[in-house]
Amino acid sequence: MTTNALPASPHPVEVQHHTPWHEYFGFSLDHKVIGIQYLVTGFFFYLVGGALAGMIRVELVTPLSDFMARDTYNQVLTLHGTIMIFLWIVPVVNGAFGNYLVPFYVGARDMAFPRLNAVAFWMLPPAGFLLMSSYFVGGAAQSGWTAYPPLSITTPAVGQVVWIISVLLLGGSSIFGAVNFIATILKLRQPGLDLFQLPMFCWAMLGTSVLVVLATPVLAGALILLSMDIVAGTGFFNPALGGNAVVYQHLFWFYSHPAVYIMVLPAFGLVSEILPIHARKPLFGYRSMIYSILGIVFLGLIVWAHHMFTSGTPPWMRLFFTIATAIIAVPTGIKFFNWLATLWQGKLALNSALLFCCGFIFNFVFGGITGVALAQVPFDVHVHDTYFVVAHFHYIVFGGTVFVIFAAIYHWFPKISGRLLNEHLGRLHCLLSFIGFNVCFFPQHWLGLNGMPRRVAEYDPQFQLINQISSVGALILAISTLPFLVNVFLSMWKGVPAGDNPWRACTAEWLTSSPPPVENWLHEAPLVTEPYDYGSTEDAMSVTTVRGRDLWSAGR
Amino acid sequence: MPIPGSILTLVAGVFLALISLWVGQNINLMPVAAADDASTVDALFKVLFSIGVGLLLGITAMLVVALVHFRRRSGDHLDGPAVEGNLPLEIFWTAVPAIVILIVGVYSYDIYARMGGMADFSHHTSMPPQENVETASSGHPADPETVIWGGIDRAEGAAFPVEVTAMQFAFVFHYPQQNFTTGELHLPLGQPVELQLKSNDVIHAFWVPEFRLKQDVIPGQPTVLGFTANRQGNYDIICAELCGPYHGGMRSKVVVEDAENFEKWLMRNTPATVATAPESSQTA
Repeated sequence: MTTNALPASPHPVEVQHHTPWHEYFGFSLDHKVIGIQYLVTGFFFYLVGGALAGMIRVELVTPLSDFMARDTYNQVLTLHGTIMIFLWIVPVVNGAFGNYLVPFYVGARDMAFPRLNAVAFWMLPPAGFLLMSSYFVGGAAQSGWTAYPPLSITTPAVGQVVWIISVLLLGGSSIFGAVNFIATILKLRQPGLDLFQLPMFCWAMLGTSVLVVLATPVLAGALILLSMDIVAGTGFFNPALGGNAVVYQHLFWFYSHPAVYIMVLPAFGLVSEILPIHARKPLFGYRSMIYSILGIVFLGLIVWAHHMFTSGTPPWMRLFFTIATAIIAVPTGIKFFNWLATLWQGKLALNSALLFCCGFIFNFVFGGITGVALAQVPFDVHVHDTYFVVAHFHYIVFGGTVFVIFAAIYHWFPKISGRLLNEHLGRLHCLLSFIGFNVCFFPQHWLGLNGMPRRVAEYDPQFQLINQISSVGALILAISTLPFLVNVFLSMWKGVPAGDNPWRACTAEWLTSSPPPVENWLHEAPLVTEPYDYGSTEDAMSVTTVRGRDLWSAGR
Repeated sequence: MPIPGSILTLVAGVFLALISLWVGQNINLMPVAAADDASTVDALFKVLFSIGVGLLLGITAMLVVALVHFRRRSGDHLDGPAVEGNLPLEIFWTAVPAIVILIVGVYSYDIYARMGGMADFSHHTSMPPQENVETASSGHPADPETVIWGGIDRAEGAAFPVEVTAMQFAFVFHYPQQNFTTGELHLPLGQPVELQLKSNDVIHAFWVPEFRLKQDVIPGQPTVLGFTANRQGNYDIICAELCGPYHGGMRSKVVVEDAENFEKWLMRNTPATVATAPESSQTA
């Protein structure tokens, strides 16, 4: 690790170590405060979305639609999907960790556009509450998070329009954030810090932000046209007026497939930061990690039509999108092999952060395998729009990204709060999450293969037992949140003080106090050109066992 | 002398391959196959299943071995070896998955082409002009030759036509040759059929899990689904695309029966007037 020597400041500056509490509720320009605002807001919406998921699993305990009204059920599944994607996963992996970490990693004191950053965050709460309030004002949207016309044109208009407005706000917030990340990573790097010396998370955020900027406007355009179809009676997507419903699907998935990478690429970046530290080894294959991110970004933009293999797409399109989709497994596979190689021969600290990362590797590999299967048109024709797909994407976004979010919280909580989280509660949380998640979603593959479509409130009685098992898994998953919440609140006040660098990490956020001062470092920012400088060469010696003779006879 | 690691790895690899092949071939997760191409889809699934099981077991085993074998012992503050990469190894695990994926892709393309999924958009003449179709109302004159959007169409030559209309929340089947409408689909065993699908309101999807066939029914886009049912029995027709509050209840039955029973059923349902009335009076 190369850090420049910290010059002793002639005038010790009085630095506010603790951000006053009201700052977190205001229009703060500090990237760390904004990051925490994103994280806490996102977690609130995670609890809301989780409660909605619980309602879905309760409804599916019996084959009859007997827990809530059928249109309420459709509102619940629409809100669940929209909240989990746009208000939990996207804002947390991008907004929360991106904002907290990227300025540290590039050696900057804040993001390139702090005010834009605050605006981007403050679009989130109104959008979220607007979305939730639509349930109480005439009913929320009930056409799924995909909002396919003509269904979305024929369901009650108020809920659908409110849904469009809030998704537009959230998309806008996402674009503002992405512009900021691109500018920060490309332009705010410390002099002397090369792009190929950046921690992997910066590359992940750069790739993600490029996807956000290229794809989100397309969704915005599609939703504006859809709202005109609903409000002004235009016929862009309305076949009754000569429109074409499939065009909407193309526009929607042109964003929403890259959205999967917007949700998982930052998670990949976070794993690349966490694993080397707890394995005490350099990140394996730094360059190939970068090229695989770029490959995923490029391929991610040209695979959207695999969501539409049954929609009457032309044959050449099906062939092209099958191959392109399956090929994504190659750069993704490289990343997973690299992580395994990072762990191999390491000195693994089996703490919550590392265990959640390992849970992520298992779940995501599983989801990736079913993803490659889904790319094959003949198989996809059978399982498209079934619980197989539900299981697949939950393995990707929950088993993948949400597990990484928790790993990241265990890893960076000491930096954010200055205190360690309790490891026993953390490992309990990890164990319960892993069991609950797999009990909930693993059986759903079988349901889909054998004939249970997604988004149904009632189903064939032969599927009852498996659905009940799945619901038990959902219950375990809900319970797993309790040790986490207890842990966070206990540790925030009474946790073991962490010190500046409890993990003996090399990256720049650990080379300052915990929590860091307002402008990140009291003195000049450290220049970290080797962020993964772990690992000892053959002649390294342990500090605890070394003797003087070893030092002077080592030949150096 | 300890057994060399490479031999242990080789043995483990052979076991892994055998286990995944066995699992892929012997654990059946699919419902019964009741259409001609269903078993080829199942064959593809078995290949994917075998590869998937092998990959998942292999990676999980490596992960578990790493967690157990390379866990940090208490008091050990040393780092692991400073290995930053291994170019030949990285090329290896880029090339092998790429080749496997290309092979699987070509194989699945071949199956799909055999199923008739690569049939191009066509101007079918067998499809009758749409009376109440919405596209006709947009100004341009109704084309007598309706564009058929690419579905899966394997029916060569004389396929038995059935018109399927999807609406909130039911499928309705019309037999054009016999001119009657029913709520339950009956199909002849072993004879190619051609379902002509259209939707009256929102997008639905026609799915029979036992046929391994699913086709979205999109308003304004009449679509053909051609196949041959090859196993007698009653199967569920399921709507697979969210279509409104009663989406979960939008189900119907398809009955596949042998030629004799099918003819009987057709006769029973064919309106009596059609058999005796002259051609010109058929204005229904």
